[in-house]
Amino acid sequence: MSGPSTYEPKSGFTRWLDKRLPIVRLTHDSFVAFPTPRNINYWWTFGAMLSLCLVTQIITGIVLAMHYQPDIHEAFASVQRIQRDVPYGWLLQNIHAVGASMFFLAVYVHMFRGIYYGSYKAPREVLWILGCLIYVLMVATAFLGYTLPWGQMSFWGATVITNILGAIPFIGESIQVWIRGGGAIDQPTLNRFFSLHYLLPFVIAGVVVLHVWALHEAGQNNPTGVEPKTKDDTVPFTPYATIKDLFATSLFMLLFGVFVFFMPHALGDPANFIPANPVQTPNEIFPEWYLLPFYAILRAFDFNIGPIDSKVAGVFAMFASIGVLFILPWLDTSRIRSMRYRPAAKQFFFIFVVVALALGWCGHQNPGTTLAKGGQFSATLNWVAGGQSATSQIVAPSEPEFQATSDAAEAQARAHGAAMTSVTRENATHATLVAVSGGTRQTQTLTADNADDLETEITAAKAHIGASAPFAEVIRNTPFLFTVTRFSQLLTLYYFLFFLVILPILGLRETPNRVPDTIAKPVLGQTQGAS
Amino acid sequence: MLRGIAIAAVASAALLAGVAFAANEAEPPAPHHFSFDGPLGAYDMGAVQRGFQVYSQVCSTCHSMEHLSYRNLGEPGGPFAEYRVRNHETGEMETRVGLPAGEHGDYIDVVNNPYVRAIAAGFQVPDIDQATGEATQRPARISDHFRKPFANEYAARAANNGALPPDFSSIVNAREGGAGYVRSLLLGYTGEQRGTQYVNNHFAGHLISMPPPLAADGLITYSDGTRATREQMATDVANYLQWAADPHMEERKAMGVQVLAFLLVLAGLLYLAYKAVWRGQSH
Repeated sequence: MSGPSTYEPKSGFTRWLDKRLPIVRLTHDSFVAFPTPRNINYWWTFGAMLSLCLVTQIITGIVLAMHYQPDIHEAFASVQRIQRDVPYGWLLQNIHAVGASMFFLAVYVHMFRGIYYGSYKAPREVLWILGCLIYVLMVATAFLGYTLPWGQMSFWGATVITNILGAIPFIGESIQVWIRGGGAIDQPTLNRFFSLHYLLPFVIAGVVVLHVWALHEAGQNNPTGVEPKTKDDTVPFTPYATIKDLFATSLFMLLFGVFVFFMPHALGDPANFIPANPVQTPNEIFPEWYLLPFYAILRAFDFNIGPIDSKVAGVFAMFASIGVLFILPWLDTSRIRSMRYRPAAKQFFFIFVVVALALGWCGHQNPGTTLAKGGQFSATLNWVAGGQSATSQIVAPSEPEFQATSDAAEAQARAHGAAMTSVTRENATHATLVAVSGGTRQTQTLTADNADDLETEITAAKAHIGASAPFAEVIRNTPFLFTVTRFSQLLTLYYFLFFLVILPILGLRETPNRVPDTIAKPVLGQTQGAS
Repeated sequence: MLRGIAIAAVASAALLAGVAFAANEAEPPAPHHFSFDGPLGAYDMGAVQRGFQVYSQVCSTCHSMEHLSYRNLGEPGGPFAEYRVRNHETGEMETRVGLPAGEHGDYIDVVNNPYVRAIAAGFQVPDIDQATGEATQRPARISDHFRKPFANEYAARAANNGALPPDFSSIVNAREGGAGYVRSLLLGYTGEQRGTQYVNNHFAGHLISMPPPLAADGLITYSDGTRATREQMATDVANYLQWAADPHMEERKAMGVQVLAFLLVLAGLLYLAYKAVWRGQSH
């Protein structure tokens, strides 16, 4: 591929085949002779793990599909049957479920590596975009697959995500009905999700072929970001990269095995062991861990942006957060590929990694949870001690006139010397007016650490006051609260700033470190042997 | 202004009722060490057998286990599975019910297991009489699913003040805290009652519709002679439910040890191979 083919058929049969279908030549050039930079590190071994994951998911998935029933009344029970009665079904199902998480773990490392070492820059833009496409297909496949066990989280996750699509302006509702196959998640939804979940992995496999093709056309990037200059800067893919990939993949399989055999359900939600119940919404609906950062971005938008509804804004931001990856090659203006030589960009990158992890954390929290507060919760109680209370009826002639009648009655009571008045509405036109006259005004301030404690204190104080006064007014004062939603908003802001502002400007402004001459210039020239 | 204040007062009074019980999060399960905890933990088959007795005599009045069949009890790793085991003292082959962890024996197929057959025959399950086509009841066979306490959800709710007793097949997987949660919940009743509900601090919201199922010591008589204290029954049934949710756990962990050992050796060899291949190569 890169450079002329070095394959020489050895036997009569391979010479015969090579003239007709040069498949052995293709394999040899792609996976044996393919020149690999000799300086690539372990971050470059995740491609091999991803291939392993894809093959594993497809093989286990095909067998699971032989036992699974895409029927809303049978699906949950059929997964139970796979776990309990199908020989080694528990093993297949665990591998498939854990495999999805391992697949995403590897793909995230692979993507972060691509960003850090500038693997998306010319001439690897198409390679990067194909990778992004694979990632989007993985997300879709994982989402569809998570629906199939038909547990509570399956059902409600699918409901939330398809609701999200409904927020797209103009076409959203049509898309929603089209994807669900009806007004709600039901049998047609499960059937089509199963069909698509079986289809998409093969589409992924197809795009992976293109991804690998593009990789072999442009050649592998390396930690310095400087293209190999001579043949001596590279080694043949086999055995050098192959053995390193195999070693790293064996470690990956160890981690995989720990989950499959010793904590198969650690990454899943207990609620998915409860059969789907369309009339009972779970207390909290979360996607699987690998989609939590995007869920946090979706939920960060709790405010309308001008005429744009908060829901639409959240959906747009969520799609944009993945979409922005596709145009990354043109957002990063730096001519230096590897952040190893970009001290400022390196720091922003590490902040980005932390932000992405923090977004994931936010995605699994209750959005209203308070992380920090600007002060104490407080309440001021005012009441009148002593005095006399008089109760009277307010009767308005009609419902629209109630407010005016009640205002007039209160004004009259106050004109007669009442210090406090209270109106308790009983129905559309009737209310009870309590007016207190005489006595002395009293004030009490209560403070508490949270809203619930404050309410408890208020109840206690009112019970205490109640003995001496007919009623008290309560003015609540909520301090500034730094909630998970606020935190997500800050993180989301950084996420987009990193791609849309920091990378474009930094590339033009920063002073990169000098790439050492030993790397920029070929030291391993033809005359000099390997050191 | 005062009028505004007064309305605020009334409004806040109305709010209060709703706030009072809002934050009753479940207490975390009381710490308890189960034999199946940890990467090498195995089932205490005696506890699982007793737990099955608790389930059959107490829980099964309301809670189904629709994904289990009676044969599961006698399948490899099940609490009533029969094995031929050599007696180390006499050298004779003996039959054992429920193999203790770490022991080996020849598994006797469940179709030849008299215990499981007897357990199944003790339950009446619905069937259709093939002579008349009428609905009928017959003793269960080992291939039958566990008997369901109610014909359908409506019947279950009608018998339980509108509450639906959940299925127990995978209950420890379906609850945060697993078997420890089940055990704590069973022991977590304070004795107070609010209407048709009971105060239980291990339950989210602290009010549960289920009356205390293990209300007193000695509620059942264990066939192995163990004293049936409340704690003993709660622990045993938690053990049983863990087995029911994860019947292949012992096989899974044993295979895991082998797989990880194999992978460790493989990784070591691959590392040496990697070092050998790259020896003398600068990188």
